[in-house]
Amino acid sequence: MIAGAVGRRWRRPPVLIKGARTRWLIYAGALVYLVVAVGSIEVNWTRVAEGLERGWRFVQGFLAPDFTSRSRDIVAGLVESLTMTLTSTVVGVLISVPIGIGAARNLAPAPVYLVCRAIVILSRTFQEVIIAIFFVAMFGFGPFAGFLTLSFSTVGFLAKLLAEDIEEIDEGQAEAIRATGASWLQLVNYGIQPQVMPRLIGLSLYRLDINFRESAVIGIVGAGGIGATLNTAIDRYEYDSAGAILLLIILIVMIAEYASSHIRQRVQ
Amino acid sequence: MPVREIDGQRVWKLRTTRAQWAIWAGWLVLVALFVWCWQVMTEGTIWTFVLDAPRQAADIGGRMVPPRWSYLERLWWPLWDTINIATLGTLLGILIAVPIAFVAARNTSPSALLLRPVALFIIVASRSINSLIWALLLVAIIGPGILAGVIAIGLRSIGFIGKLLYEAIEEIDQSQVEAITATGASRAQVLDFAIVPQILPAFAGISVFRWDINIRESTILGLVGAGGIGLQLQSSLNTLAWPQVTVILLLILATVIVSEWVSAKVRHAII
Repeated sequence: MIAGAVGRRWRRPPVLIKGARTRWLIYAGALVYLVVAVGSIEVNWTRVAEGLERGWRFVQGFLAPDFTSRSRDIVAGLVESLTMTLTSTVVGVLISVPIGIGAARNLAPAPVYLVCRAIVILSRTFQEVIIAIFFVAMFGFGPFAGFLTLSFSTVGFLAKLLAEDIEEIDEGQAEAIRATGASWLQLVNYGIQPQVMPRLIGLSLYRLDINFRESAVIGIVGAGGIGATLNTAIDRYEYDSAGAILLLIILIVMIAEYASSHIRQRVQ
Repeated sequence: MPVREIDGQRVWKLRTTRAQWAIWAGWLVLVALFVWCWQVMTEGTIWTFVLDAPRQAADIGGRMVPPRWSYLERLWWPLWDTINIATLGTLLGILIAVPIAFVAARNTSPSALLLRPVALFIIVASRSINSLIWALLLVAIIGPGILAGVIAIGLRSIGFIGKLLYEAIEEIDQSQVEAITATGASRAQVLDFAIVPQILPAFAGISVFRWDINIRESTILGLVGAGGIGLQLQSSLNTLAWPQVTVILLLILATVIVSEWVSAKVRHAII
């Protein structure tokens, strides 16, 4: 081994893909795809050049945001977004707990398990925006449709993670509670809840954060919140107001992220 | 140990009286906040519309079946666009996110005081604004089309990839860095031989994961005019062509399932 290596320069072995042939095949395939994909994009360069001036105005609007001239709309949008976020998270958590328990292999009988898993998959597949379109069509415009959308996607997210968490608990503790002759409810209450509670609180806070971010989006399709205000501002080419709204969204997300990581550290 | 007295006997209990009251007060505040938010939120809700919802749902459901399968052949091209938006957008995001991640990581940042906060702000800003909002802005700026979608997905991916990658860089095994440094390697060589090999699997996993998410997100970018299958969805919704909507949604569902499967396979092969 060493004798063969003497006098030759050491070369670093490839880190990810070991076989030379598969590696080159993947590289070549990626290159071909890139050429074809980039070639299939049609770009109207004159339109882009025209737009750059507007882009510059947006950058200026972002640097010198205008909070005052549309302050009433902005405040109304933020209030809708924040109330929507809180109510949908609370309702979503309340619904996701039983569904999460039902979707855990080690707790629920097979029929209940399948039904709950189906609910989880249904709520996770589609984008919030697509769900919002349907809820707006059914319930009319406004934050109520947004509230339903966010609750619905919260259920899929939390129930899945909660179910995975329940499946990974320390069986010994559940076994000990079972050995005392506890009923199923007592088993959940004393054997499982203490083990998953810290993580459930952490996930709920994380979801609160996501729900606020999503509430800024679903307004674009009519489900209320700050997204509707933002959409109007951009449609009117009021980039300074749009910049102000974006800065507020970033600020609130930063505060929410900082606060939730602080609380999560204390709980866990 | 918290105890309480029952008939002169000391009995164990879970929490002290103070902790119990604090928890109770916390719940009270949460419930009060919820009720207040609910009232503020539903002030403008027209309840007759809400009560009417089951009928509306049945109506839409009835219009959605049977799906108009012949529409499928006009969807392949938008689907190709959608996949391109996601893939090229992910690549764009990676290109910008990698240097930002190295600046944001505490152990590789060239200047922890000046550049690191800037990098962290870029990451947070990109993460807090959804790709649909980026697309809305870009369509207004550079006009509708795939390019706006690619850039929107790229801008949103910066935050995600940047955050996970810089956390991976901060968690590397420092002894390997020391070993390479001890050979007299330059800063660039330390980066190349000690840090990059350690984070490469994480990096590949993060990129594929983000690609998977981007496929989902790029399906709706067309709603604001940024190309892809969402354009078809938007026009079908506007003309109330519900049988076409069904076909589009089923195609999106299939695409999402395939991309999730691919991403799971690749991540499984790497890690």
